[in-house]
Amino acid sequence: MTGTSLRTYLITRLALVVPMVLILLTLVFLLMRVAPGNPIQAALGGHVPESVVKPIEHRLGFDKPLLTQYGDYLWDILRGNFGTTITDNRPLSQIIQQNGAATLELTFFAMLIAIVVGVAIGLVAGRYRDTWLDVGGRMFGIVVYATPPFFLGLLAQLVFGVWLGWLPTSDQASPLTQALLKTHTNILFVDAIWDGNWGALWDVTQHLILPATTLGLITAGVFVRLVRVNVIRTMRDDYIEAARARGIAERRVVFSHAFKNALVPVITVVGLNLALLLGGAVLTETTFNWPGIGHELVLYLENRDYAGVQGIIVVFALVVVAVSVIVDFINAYVDPRIRY
Amino acid sequence: MSGEPVLQARDLRVYYGTPGKPVRAVDGVTLDIGESEVVGLVGESGCGKSTLGRGILGLLPEGARADGEVIYGGRNLVTLSPRELRRLRGPDLGLVFQEPMTRLNPLLRISDHFHETLKQHEANLSDDEIRRRSLETLGRMGIPPTRFNQYPHEFSGGMRQRIMIALALVLRPKLLVADEPTTSLDVIVEGQILALLADLKRNFGTALLLITHNLGIVAEACDRMAVMYAGKIVEEGPVREVFADPAHPYTRELLRSTISLETTELHSIPGAPPNLIDPPPGCRFHPRCPDAMRVCAQLVPIEQRLDGGRRVQCWLHGPERLIPADGEQPLEREAIGVADEA
Repeated sequence: MTGTSLRTYLITRLALVVPMVLILLTLVFLLMRVAPGNPIQAALGGHVPESVVKPIEHRLGFDKPLLTQYGDYLWDILRGNFGTTITDNRPLSQIIQQNGAATLELTFFAMLIAIVVGVAIGLVAGRYRDTWLDVGGRMFGIVVYATPPFFLGLLAQLVFGVWLGWLPTSDQASPLTQALLKTHTNILFVDAIWDGNWGALWDVTQHLILPATTLGLITAGVFVRLVRVNVIRTMRDDYIEAARARGIAERRVVFSHAFKNALVPVITVVGLNLALLLGGAVLTETTFNWPGIGHELVLYLENRDYAGVQGIIVVFALVVVAVSVIVDFINAYVDPRIRY
Repeated sequence: MSGEPVLQARDLRVYYGTPGKPVRAVDGVTLDIGESEVVGLVGESGCGKSTLGRGILGLLPEGARADGEVIYGGRNLVTLSPRELRRLRGPDLGLVFQEPMTRLNPLLRISDHFHETLKQHEANLSDDEIRRRSLETLGRMGIPPTRFNQYPHEFSGGMRQRIMIALALVLRPKLLVADEPTTSLDVIVEGQILALLADLKRNFGTALLLITHNLGIVAEACDRMAVMYAGKIVEEGPVREVFADPAHPYTRELLRSTISLETTELHSIPGAPPNLIDPPPGCRFHPRCPDAMRVCAQLVPIEQRLDGGRRVQCWLHGPERLIPADGEQPLEREAIGVADEA
């Protein structure tokens, strides 16, 4: 019975993705057309003769009627063709593969740190409310959340990179590793393991520590406060008191009733943050010169490359849609009330 | 009282709040509950009924303190360690709450609740045995086995309350405290739940402390009743006798306030229960009592034993030797004049 309703829920949720994506794509398309100025002129730095601009416009289809452009744009995306940048003629699919892989690597480890640190501190602070553990947890949450990523990043670079000299302060790997490591997935961490190249793995890990910790701690700040509040609220719930009235051991009440129920709303926020990070942690990536999607987005924005920006935004939008679907699936699996 | 008392409260006190100005929610309550006996605890809202019911199980909110004695199985529950008290909750003392809608964990199946509860107290029970006992208890509460694996939100309020009762009874407690178990349910369901509770002694041999403000329920389901006012039990006795001839003016007024087919106009007791931080001197009911005497405003009434195993705390029943001269004159109340309000 519940199995059927879960399946129905999943099918409905998946069907809703189609209009959601269509609306997103249309919005991106319209926003890019509404933006003032000629994209070709902008990309070429302005004051370029018409005779140069016209053929490029024609090649890129900017001279067609708007509706035709819209149709072409949707059709291209449907075929998995996200376009080509104007300034350096790079296909978006290549950006996704290479820079997307770098972002994925950073996001995975940052999220791991954020969840482990943020959720653990939040649970402890909520459980031991108003003790020094709680005060410490809250302080940690506020401080890391309020610190701008570039500041925390620069501080980490200064301390661990410059003063102590323990860790590299920028890039995804040393030039030697980048040159020698064979490409399988574009995720250097995975590629190093793939080839059993432990020297490269050590190098990649060293490069990962500072950016992943910076990004992870800042995200953890959000989780600490959210988890703490949810634990405190859940501990006051009626079914907690009812479980105690049945003589359920306090450890069990806390772990299998309070913590589990408190973490349900956290799933959604973790998902949202995950989507944000996958879209490119612009500040962290820029600070550590990490060749991720956010890093590229800043480059194309600076060069006013509309095609590049549009392509990256479309990818970002699709990632958000995909992550939100996955989050809804997990929520529906964990919380039976959502399936209705 | 039938048989040996299963639980005895002796001068139980429960305080809330700061030591300087405590709220005396339960103030020196003495009450016995016999084996398989159904005792009704009645009174207005805010008179300490729920606090007494929870105080018995040691399930008090943070910041509450209890002293006095609650004797169960030869031990004083008030001084028991939290761990020992927890072991008694469930297999010995059960509690059913007022609002069933929020008392089951929404993420767990009904079967999970039973599994957890039985495993906690009888660790070596097999899964088959757990299932068999759970389904049997649920069956007696009218929940069919087909619904064992469903989630709480798939049940109505009345069914959830039956599940809560089954969850308490599956451990065969000696005493079940039911804190207004039907207040949030409709009348039909209320009748069904009460019928189940009234059958407890026949089916489970469980004593029941039924907390309610519904006197009709008490008349129907209880052997004995205790009337609570402002943290004290002012009258206690067999239901028939108390209904036929209430000894305390508060009981009498409470009984008059019920509605029946013969009711032609609504009766109520003027005023409201007193502030428990700073209760009135003497008898706490005297400001609202139609029979108040001078002594009532001066001295706290002494408990008197009446015929038929009844107890009452009211100067109308003496002892006369302790009432000062002129003490039996009607109390002249200070009229709340226009001048006072201005």
